[in-house]
Amino acid sequence: MDQRAFAAALLDPSLPVPAGVTCARGEVDASRFSVYRNNVVVGLSRALGQRFPVVRRLVGDAFFDGMARAFLRASPPRSPLIFAYGDAFPDFIAGFAPAAGLPYLADTARLEAIWTRAYHAADAPPLPADRLLAIAPEQLIQVRLRPHPAAAVLRSDFAIGAIWQAHQADEVAALSVMTQESALVTRPAFDVRVHVIPAADAHFAAALFAGGTLGEAAAIAFAQDPSFDFGRALLGLASLGAFAGNPLQGDPT
Amino acid sequence: MNAATRSATVLPARAGLGLKPEHVGEILETEPDLGFFEVHAENYMGDGGAPHRALAAIAARYPLSLHGVGLSIGADRPLDTAHLTRLRALIDQYRPQSFSEHLAWSTHEGGFLNDLLPLPYTDETLRRVASHVDQVQQALGRRMLLENPSTYILFEDSTIHEIDFLDKVATRTGCGLLLDVNNVMVSAVNHRTDPFAYIDRFPVGHVGEIHLAGYDETLDGAGDRLLIDAHGSEVSEDVSALYRHTIHRTGPLPTLIEWDNDVPALSVLLAEAARAEAVLDAARSWRADPLARRA
Repeated sequence: MDQRAFAAALLDPSLPVPAGVTCARGEVDASRFSVYRNNVVVGLSRALGQRFPVVRRLVGDAFFDGMARAFLRASPPRSPLIFAYGDAFPDFIAGFAPAAGLPYLADTARLEAIWTRAYHAADAPPLPADRLLAIAPEQLIQVRLRPHPAAAVLRSDFAIGAIWQAHQADEVAALSVMTQESALVTRPAFDVRVHVIPAADAHFAAALFAGGTLGEAAAIAFAQDPSFDFGRALLGLASLGAFAGNPLQGDPT
Repeated sequence: MNAATRSATVLPARAGLGLKPEHVGEILETEPDLGFFEVHAENYMGDGGAPHRALAAIAARYPLSLHGVGLSIGADRPLDTAHLTRLRALIDQYRPQSFSEHLAWSTHEGGFLNDLLPLPYTDETLRRVASHVDQVQQALGRRMLLENPSTYILFEDSTIHEIDFLDKVATRTGCGLLLDVNNVMVSAVNHRTDPFAYIDRFPVGHVGEIHLAGYDETLDGAGDRLLIDAHGSEVSEDVSALYRHTIHRTGPLPTLIEWDNDVPALSVLLAEAARAEAVLDAARSWRADPLARRA
């Protein structure tokens, strides 16, 4: 039995049952091979449904299963860590023509992918905000902060935080989706938290997470919004658990 | 749970349950009297967070069985050494009383198919499986248990009976066997063989654990009964009877209730475990009073 042919036939139902497969009656019975096809597809669709529950609610079970099947044929898992399967699902959704009527769907999936990465991220105590207050103001612009292992930021053209929040409840309240929103995801201890933050703060956080100094990140945020409030943004992000470890002072080069 | 139980090197010959995240809080609060908990190793391969906190709390109170579903021991390709390294780290961290995996494959060209796929039983696959089991035991620094599969198809090129295949792997590698009684029933019905004869001929001296689960039932293309290993319902009456027959032959063995889909309330799982525990209790009393066994 050629496992390569067996695997190909599992993922492509238009292929015949692989050679050498039989049953007690000594004949080929496609319904029996279909059990394996079904296990693979149902198992992976279920895994995606567990990772992307808001996307599933937004489109309904039948649409979601169809979209999940299309995705898993295009991008079967590369690893046995199925809880991490679907990192590429948001980009797939962005290009999935039948979902074009829901332009916020891909960003909703991005937020859910971030949420599960945060859930499984390494444990680390967040940097206490008052640690930053101990740094002399003239030194502050040279400081770099380590992102907390669970922290991530997502900027969206849609009300991504409101959409996500509304779908945590059994009854979804009416909401306006066409508002730009930025979300900060953190996990200071064991509970994952989703916060809506100002756009300039999101640019600021993204620049810090990318390794920029506070000065560099503040310049980016000011360019986005001249009314950017450096002190409020920095202490706010820190108090939500965006950073870990000790601040790195001075230029490491 | 006393310290002696926690530090034991083998699972107790009692009923255990698969650990479900939604039950962890209730388990820690009520500490139900169970022999052990079993988890799928791959679900605890993240870096941190709630899953590890829960597993650490459970492992501090109960014996632990680590059950892999992603190693692909039956694959016609090399084992994933990165995955073996992750398994070793998990074993070093939680020191489970048992590690088990499947006689199955699930990988293709660098990808993972997320199902336990069947293999033909031949001299070639026997050599490969035995060599993979050797490699696993070497990498993990411990003996593993290998589980008999549930299957829906047969292979024309199989030349070795499944029981002999498992027995030879165990003899060659020193591994133990995990006897899944539901899988025995599923395969026997699907391939028109006698599940009781399977148990009677199984090399029970190698068995370190038993699995029980519920199956689904459908019909194949010719209208024959086709059982599906579904893990989404109570243990059926015929599997319960086969389990009693098994324990009658083996004596008490650690017995897991597997219920992975449509997971019910903890109380339902505890009732399933109590049913298995009653069978184990009966076997213990036969041992105490051998004459009672004939009754």
